Amino acid sequence: MSVVLNEPGLVVDPEPARSRGGFVWRTIKQRPSAAIGVTLLTLIILGAVIAPWVAPYGLHTRVGPVFGHPSWSHPLGLDDGGIDMVTLLMWGARISLIVGFAATLVSMLIGGTIGVLAGYFGGRTDVVLMRITDYFLVIPDVPLMIVVAAIWGPSLFHIVIVIGILLWTSTARVIRAQVKSVRERVYVKRARSLGAGHTRIVLRHVLPQVAPLLIANTVLTIAVAIFDETALSFLGLGDPSRISLGKMIENAFQRAAISSGAWWAIVPPGLLVAVIILSCSLIGGALEDALNPRLRVAHLSARTFRLRPLVGRGADSL
Amino acid sequence: MRGADYVIKRTAFAVITVFVAVTINFVLFRLAPGTAVSNLSRVPHATQELRNALKQQFGLDKSKAAQYGIYLKQLAHGNMGVSFANQQPVSHNLWVALKNTLPMVALGTIFAIIFGTLTGVIAAWRRGTALESTTVTTALGFYSMPTHWLGLMLVILFTGILPTGGMSNDFLIDPSFWTHLRDVLSHIVLPSLTLGLVLYGEYTLIVRSAMLETLGEDYILTARAKGLKPWAIVRKHALRNAMLPIATLVALSLGYIVAGAILIETVFSWPGIGRAVYDAVLERDYPMLQGAFLILTVSVVFFNLVADLLYFKLDPRITT
Repeated sequence: MSVVLNEPGLVVDPEPARSRGGFVWRTIKQRPSAAIGVTLLTLIILGAVIAPWVAPYGLHTRVGPVFGHPSWSHPLGLDDGGIDMVTLLMWGARISLIVGFAATLVSMLIGGTIGVLAGYFGGRTDVVLMRITDYFLVIPDVPLMIVVAAIWGPSLFHIVIVIGILLWTSTARVIRAQVKSVRERVYVKRARSLGAGHTRIVLRHVLPQVAPLLIANTVLTIAVAIFDETALSFLGLGDPSRISLGKMIENAFQRAAISSGAWWAIVPPGLLVAVIILSCSLIGGALEDALNPRLRVAHLSARTFRLRPLVGRGADSL
Repeated sequence: MRGADYVIKRTAFAVITVFVAVTINFVLFRLAPGTAVSNLSRVPHATQELRNALKQQFGLDKSKAAQYGIYLKQLAHGNMGVSFANQQPVSHNLWVALKNTLPMVALGTIFAIIFGTLTGVIAAWRRGTALESTTVTTALGFYSMPTHWLGLMLVILFTGILPTGGMSNDFLIDPSFWTHLRDVLSHIVLPSLTLGLVLYGEYTLIVRSAMLETLGEDYILTARAKGLKPWAIVRKHALRNAMLPIATLVALSLGYIVAGAILIETVFSWPGIGRAVYDAVLERDYPMLQGAFLILTVSVVFFNLVADLLYFKLDPRITT
């Protein structure tokens, strides 16, 4: 369900990239949408990381009535257990982000390995691996996740694995295509004729080339993983002992926050998930289309007709 | 002959995918914790004799391969087992649920396709204007929201205005056909709208990307040089070609629609297949869960096949 977000109209610095990291960093600096995404995500991660030290109340301490109204001491009110919402949000974001990042790591390892193997070795390996990928691509993820999670029983570790082992398909395909083209480049052939082994070629020459795309894909996968965690938690398949943002929505829904009029128990966690997904989409999308040279030309502009896109025109602002 | 080959290839792929799903289904439920007897018959403290009898009854004393063979054979006959929850055949339960889900999902998807294409085209065409930024920001916003949360937001907004749960008002006694229809339609609005809005965000972004790529093609430049009106270029030259990637991506979003249906039906207590999945999870009703997973997979694979064949029909360049 990854959506390619194209941001055309901006000519990327014609100066060739000196390093891969430089490319990613420059893209982020040049595109306001990516910069906004990075800023928001950094703030949320920061809040989640320092939760144990700065959270205003205890995660399990009851500080007021059930669904207590927002007040000066509790700006976002209290949840169904009388626990401060701000505290819950910080801790919830922590768990959601951990699941998102861990599941993405699992899926990157699987998808990256399969993509590199298929693209680099080609031939029969490629055919077999891509067939498997194709089958998994068509089978709908979420129902399969539900089935696996329901059978395994709820725990944070299971959720991470379940999401991770089902999200790798798009990564595998993207990486494979890229590796395939990199493999044919002259410097890879030279390295091979100089006697470099497969491991060395993949690690030193192929992977650095596909890194920007891998980063874009990673960021988009984090968004999907966090969405999936929210969905699984909502269906009661989350870890009951850990509060994640998805779990907070589930709790509020199950304990009738809506009919009690306690919008503050249900709006903020979902909003926070939306902001995390939005930030990831902005970053991943900006990186993806910075890598897509076809999008830099547009022949039918809204107001004036231009042959070539103009540098620095407002089009890059989202 | 162009076509026959392709159709056979895609159909074979679809059949194999379903087969893979069936196998995953078989393997997964055999891996479930606890013994098969306690999972399948739910007799926690059965005596040894009862256990053995059940084992034999369920064919669990046979080898795994034989069990797999029996499973396939029963499935081929449409037998998916009996639901733990209401003792009805799973296939019957699922059929009823599927009939409730389809209109809701179809309505939402059609809404999303119409409005998503419209705003996507406008966003690409009016690139660099405030209209584009507004459209894209809105679309991104809807795309980023967790589906069920968006549904809950609509519940908060529309409580008292529209019914927020169930599929019809059970307290209407012997309603006339029109009253019943109006009742169901008022119930379908919010779930369909939720799905429609989430998909709308996704489709707008997809259509915009596809349109922008097409607008960069040389034939657009040619059309422009010929002095054609911009709207004519958009409609006749750009949109038609952009439809190809859009068709594929809409097909790929099917898995997303399925996920959305599960979450939305849970929020709105819509008695469809998504709700069936949720209930099956809650009650650990494994036969229902197994059957629902299979139905969902088969429908996604089927519509994917349809999209593939449609794509083939639309794009004369495909030859394999």
